[in-house]
Amino acid sequence: MQYALLAYGHQNTRDAARPMDSATAAVLARPYVTGWARLHADESATTVGSGDAGTLLTDGPFIDTKEYLAGLIVIEADNLDGALAVARELQETRTGGAIEVRPIFEAQFRDA
Amino acid sequence: MTLDAVFREHWGRVLATLVGSLGDIGLAEDAAQEAFAIAVERWPRDGEPANPVGWLISTARNRAIDRIRRQRLLAQKTKLLARELVAGSEAAVPDAANFPDERLELIFTCCHPALALEAQVALTLRTLGGLSTEEIALAFLVPAETMSKRLTRAKHKIRDAGIPFAVPPDDQLPDRLAAVLAVVYLVFNQGWGGGRVDLAAEAIRLGRALTELLPDEGEVLALLALMLLHDARREARLRGGEVVLLDEQDRALWDEQQLSDGRHLLQRAMARGNPGPYAVQAAIADLHLQQPRDWQQIAALYQTLVGQTGSPIVELNRAIAVAELEGPEAGLTVLDGLDLDHYRYFHSARAELLRRAGRDDEAGDAYRRALDLAQTDAERRSLQNQLARLRVT
Repeated sequence: MQYALLAYGHQNTRDAARPMDSATAAVLARPYVTGWARLHADESATTVGSGDAGTLLTDGPFIDTKEYLAGLIVIEADNLDGALAVARELQETRTGGAIEVRPIFEAQFRDA
Repeated sequence: MTLDAVFREHWGRVLATLVGSLGDIGLAEDAAQEAFAIAVERWPRDGEPANPVGWLISTARNRAIDRIRRQRLLAQKTKLLARELVAGSEAAVPDAANFPDERLELIFTCCHPALALEAQVALTLRTLGGLSTEEIALAFLVPAETMSKRLTRAKHKIRDAGIPFAVPPDDQLPDRLAAVLAVVYLVFNQGWGGGRVDLAAEAIRLGRALTELLPDEGEVLALLALMLLHDARREARLRGGEVVLLDEQDRALWDEQQLSDGRHLLQRAMARGNPGPYAVQAAIADLHLQQPRDWQQIAALYQTLVGQTGSPIVELNRAIAVAELEGPEAGLTVLDGLDLDHYRYFHSARAELLRRAGRDDEAGDAYRRALDLAQTDAERRSLQNQLARLRVT
C-alpha cells in the first residue's frame, strides 16, 4: 500500500523559507519515504473551481468543509500560468469540487 | 519639472524595468525608492541629468546590487546582476531607449487573474501609478495597515506562486487585456466619488500609457475615450456639493480639449471595426453629450451592450432611454424585470420614472429606498432635494 501523509501547519509557523527541522529531515530520509514536498504558504494558493461557463479562478486556498481532500498531483510547469492550464484541464474532466494550485518550495521524489 | 512631477512621470517606467531585471517587485520597489531619494538630494544641486529615466534605473540597479551584496541570501536571484557587475556596466548610464520599456509586462503581472481584484487594483496603483500605500488606502477607505498587508501579500504571491512577468500569448491576450482594462476602469469609477485622491486622473494616466503600449487594440483606445468623455464634464458635475444632472450642467465648464481627444480616440477605436463593450459605452457617452439627444440610437446601443455584457445595470440604463422614447411606463416595464434591489441607482431611476408617470406615492418610497443606500453626502443631498420637490407638487 502507498499512503499520502498530509501535513498541516499553524498560521504562525508558515514561513516556508525556514530550514527544515533536522529531526523532520531524519524521518524524511528513511527508505520508506518515497517522496515529500514542502509547500509555500496558503496565501500563495490559487483555486480552480467550476463556474457557469467553464473553470473559475479564485485567489487563495480552497475552503469548503463539505469537500474532502481526494488526491494529490505533482506537476512541472514554467510558471503559474502553466500550472493553471493543467489544473483547468483536470477540473474540466471533473464534476464539482476544486483544485488548489500551490507552489512547492522544495521536494524530493524517488521511485516507489 | 519639479521632483514630484519627475517621480509621477517616471516611477512606473523605472520600476517596470527594475522588476524585469531583478525579478522581484519588492526588491525593485526598494531600489527605485532609494534612487528617487538620491535624485531628490542631488538633482537640485547638480542639475537634472540629460536622461532622467536612464539615470534613475542605473542608480536603482547599483543600489540593488549593493543591497544584494550585503544580503547574500538573495544571491540566487541575482545571477543576471552579478554578470552585469562583472562586465563593469555599473558606471555607465545608458540611454533610456536602451532599457526595454516593460510597463506592459508589469501591468499584466499586477492584473493577473490569480490575484484578488482588490489586490490587482492596489498593486497597479502602487507599481504603475506610483501612489503611496497611504494614498491608496485613503482612496479605498481602508486603514493603511490593511492596504499595506494587501500589497505585501500580493507581492509575495507573485514571487512565490510564479506569476509570470510577461505579456500573455495571443490566445490569452483578449481575456487578460479585458482584466487589465477592468482594473483601470474600476480605478476611474472609484475616482468619480470625489475622494481625496484623484483616482480619475490616475486612471486616465494609466489609460494613456496603455494606448502608447498597445496602440492597435480598439478597446484600449475606447476605454481612454470613455474616461475622457466622462471626465471632461468633471467641473460641471457638482455645484455647491450637489450632483448636477447632465441636462442642467453648465456646458461652458466642459473641457473641450478632453472632449475632442475623447472623440478622436473613439473614432480610431471604431475604425478598427467590431466594437467591444468600451467602444459601445464611449459611443453612448458621446451621444449623451449631443443636443437634442438621439434616444433611439442610445437605446439601440444599450441593447448591443446588454448583449455583450449581460449586465442588469446596462439594462437599467436602457430602461431610461426607453422611457425617453416611449414614456415612463414603458421604462418601468423594463425595470420591473430586473433583480437590482441592492443597487442605489436602480431605486433613484425608478423613483424618477414613477414621478414622471404621476405615481408620487410610489416615487416617494423609491427615493427613500435610494436614500438608504446612498454612499456620499452629495448623493444624499441630491436625493433629499428630489424627495422634497415631490412633496411640494
